[in-house]
Amino acid sequence: MSAPASTTASADPIDAAIAEHRRRRGPLLPLLHAVQDRVGCISDEAVARIADALNLSRAEVHGVVSFYDHFRRTPGGRHRVGLCRAEACQAVGARALEAEATRQLGVGIGGTTPDGAFTLQGLYCLGNCAAGPSLMIDEELYGRVDGARLAELLAQWRSRP
Amino acid sequence: MSAATRVYVSGDAAARALGADAVAKGIADRAAAAGRAVQIVRTGSRGLVWAEPLVEVETGGERIAYGPVTARDLDALFAARLLDGGAHAARLGRIESHPWFARQERLTFAFSGYADPLDYDAWRAAGGLAGVENALGMAPAAIVKAVSDSGLRGRGGAAFPTGRKWQTVLDQPAGEKFIVCNADEGDSGTFSDRMLMEGDPFTLLAGMAIAGLAVGATQGYIYLRVEYPHARRVLENAILTARARGLLGERVLGTARRFDIELRLGAGAYICGEETSLLESLEGRRAEIRFRPPLPAIKGLWGQPTVVNNVITLASVPVILARGAAYYRDFGAGDSRGTLPLQLAGNVRRGGLVEKAFGLSLRELIEDFGGGTLSGRPVQAVQIGGPLGAYVTAAQLDTPLTYEGLAGIGAMLGHGGVVVFDDTADMLDMARFAMEFCAHESCGKCTPCRVGSTRATELLARLCAGRATRAELTLLEQLCDTMISGSLCGLGGMAPFPVRSILRGFPDAVARRLA
Repeated sequence: MSAPASTTASADPIDAAIAEHRRRRGPLLPLLHAVQDRVGCISDEAVARIADALNLSRAEVHGVVSFYDHFRRTPGGRHRVGLCRAEACQAVGARALEAEATRQLGVGIGGTTPDGAFTLQGLYCLGNCAAGPSLMIDEELYGRVDGARLAELLAQWRSRP
Repeated sequence: MSAATRVYVSGDAAARALGADAVAKGIADRAAAAGRAVQIVRTGSRGLVWAEPLVEVETGGERIAYGPVTARDLDALFAARLLDGGAHAARLGRIESHPWFARQERLTFAFSGYADPLDYDAWRAAGGLAGVENALGMAPAAIVKAVSDSGLRGRGGAAFPTGRKWQTVLDQPAGEKFIVCNADEGDSGTFSDRMLMEGDPFTLLAGMAIAGLAVGATQGYIYLRVEYPHARRVLENAILTARARGLLGERVLGTARRFDIELRLGAGAYICGEETSLLESLEGRRAEIRFRPPLPAIKGLWGQPTVVNNVITLASVPVILARGAAYYRDFGAGDSRGTLPLQLAGNVRRGGLVEKAFGLSLRELIEDFGGGTLSGRPVQAVQIGGPLGAYVTAAQLDTPLTYEGLAGIGAMLGHGGVVVFDDTADMLDMARFAMEFCAHESCGKCTPCRVGSTRATELLARLCAGRATRAELTLLEQLCDTMISGSLCGLGGMAPFPVRSILRGFPDAVARRLA
């Protein structure tokens, strides 16, 4: 293993992520995950620095970032609310739940609430298909969610940092 | 002082999504308040999703199950002497005797749900290591032959004979080779990969190690979808433990053979379930599919011979090596050998994981196991095999769930997901959704898929709105033909299947909606 990065390098989360992943085989996706997990998004500046570190063009890095729904170029809300839109959840009311979520949050899919608490996202399958409709807030999965349960969950999560 | 009562609470993501964490805490708190010593073990899921959160109490040498249990039920359950197996409406008795479980044949899921999934000693004591131990004493060709003779076919959807794939990789000149586990379980209605990874991760790692021994690969990768954070945590820990205990690493179980595994995360692209897209993604690119040939078995990851298998396929290998090819093959019949973990989902009363020898009919699955629809309304349609699978009608429910049986009605088994819809579903809108999904997930490499899915979505939207003419319906059919014969991979090549199955299976709905 390599020696720990210098103090200045590790102080910056993008540099730290680059130092950690650049020598791996196929480093780009792990590196993009690391940057987004630590900084919240993959900014223009991050794209440029990642491209430089991996000897890729910025266009190549942007092309990869924009291909995958999970990565975002601009910061979202504090929490990500991912609604399952796939067939099994549709069979038990996912579309009604989506309508309820857009009503309760006052934003559409892809939107961020004005208070910065939530970004609403559409997902295709959370693997909870026998207990839908399902949604995921950050990394917590919830099943059999109806409008009342959604309101409860949003109230709980709104106060979390 | 008496020993602590052991209480098993499912820690699977589906159980937690229904409140299992609060149940586990509630039991611990109430037991402490009552001065009763308990040891709470978080297990994987037994697959009875309808009974989650499931609690099992060890009493009198048996595990007595209760489910579904919510935190609100706990006062009543403690009053009914839960910790001594007391009577209550939620008491299910021994899971092994419960008809929903007793009728199953658990081979791949033999260990899932019994113990803490990260308890290596419990897994080993249950016989988890037997497959790897046997494989270490066999020549590579003999391992491949056992897998071939078992009749195992790829459970991810394509149903390609696993042994033949392994043989191709084994036949390549010695050098760097890879084992890639496709854990990008993106099909709606499927959760067997997730349940296996969360409930019995060591069996998956063992299956990958056996694949490595068979073809001469020393490095494996698990490509896991980012939507499964709970499975990620379990796998991360399982890999560390497996290294510490010598299942993985420079010397597999103390021999001179190396095999190690690295976990990689996807980023929300359905196309990565297609094996060449997955390889592109692992290498750090846009997940655009590759032309074939060359096959990944010849030029795969970083241009090297690569076995790409789905989670369930790899996790089915240890039992084959432990019990022999014939043992596995004798479950099932014809070209459908072994057991199939079916996932019963959607609008169904008792959904979950049903692993059984091939041959169960759709009706037996939905009525006997599922208990009909959750809404209590009639079944209108069932989608089998994910978003690219056909919708079958209520009149086709007696079809056997085998590769041949489903092919006979123009459907496919795919990854074994079965999604039930009642008579309130708007089937034409489900057809529109199928194409919209394809348009959303298309990698864009080939025109039939990239452009075809968008144009077909527009036509289907017109049909749903009552504005499509008979001529436009013909155009849609032609577009489906073009996509099927002209697309480079299964996404564009199969997205017309659910659409066509609806147009053919529900002709009255189509006729009513035409302009």
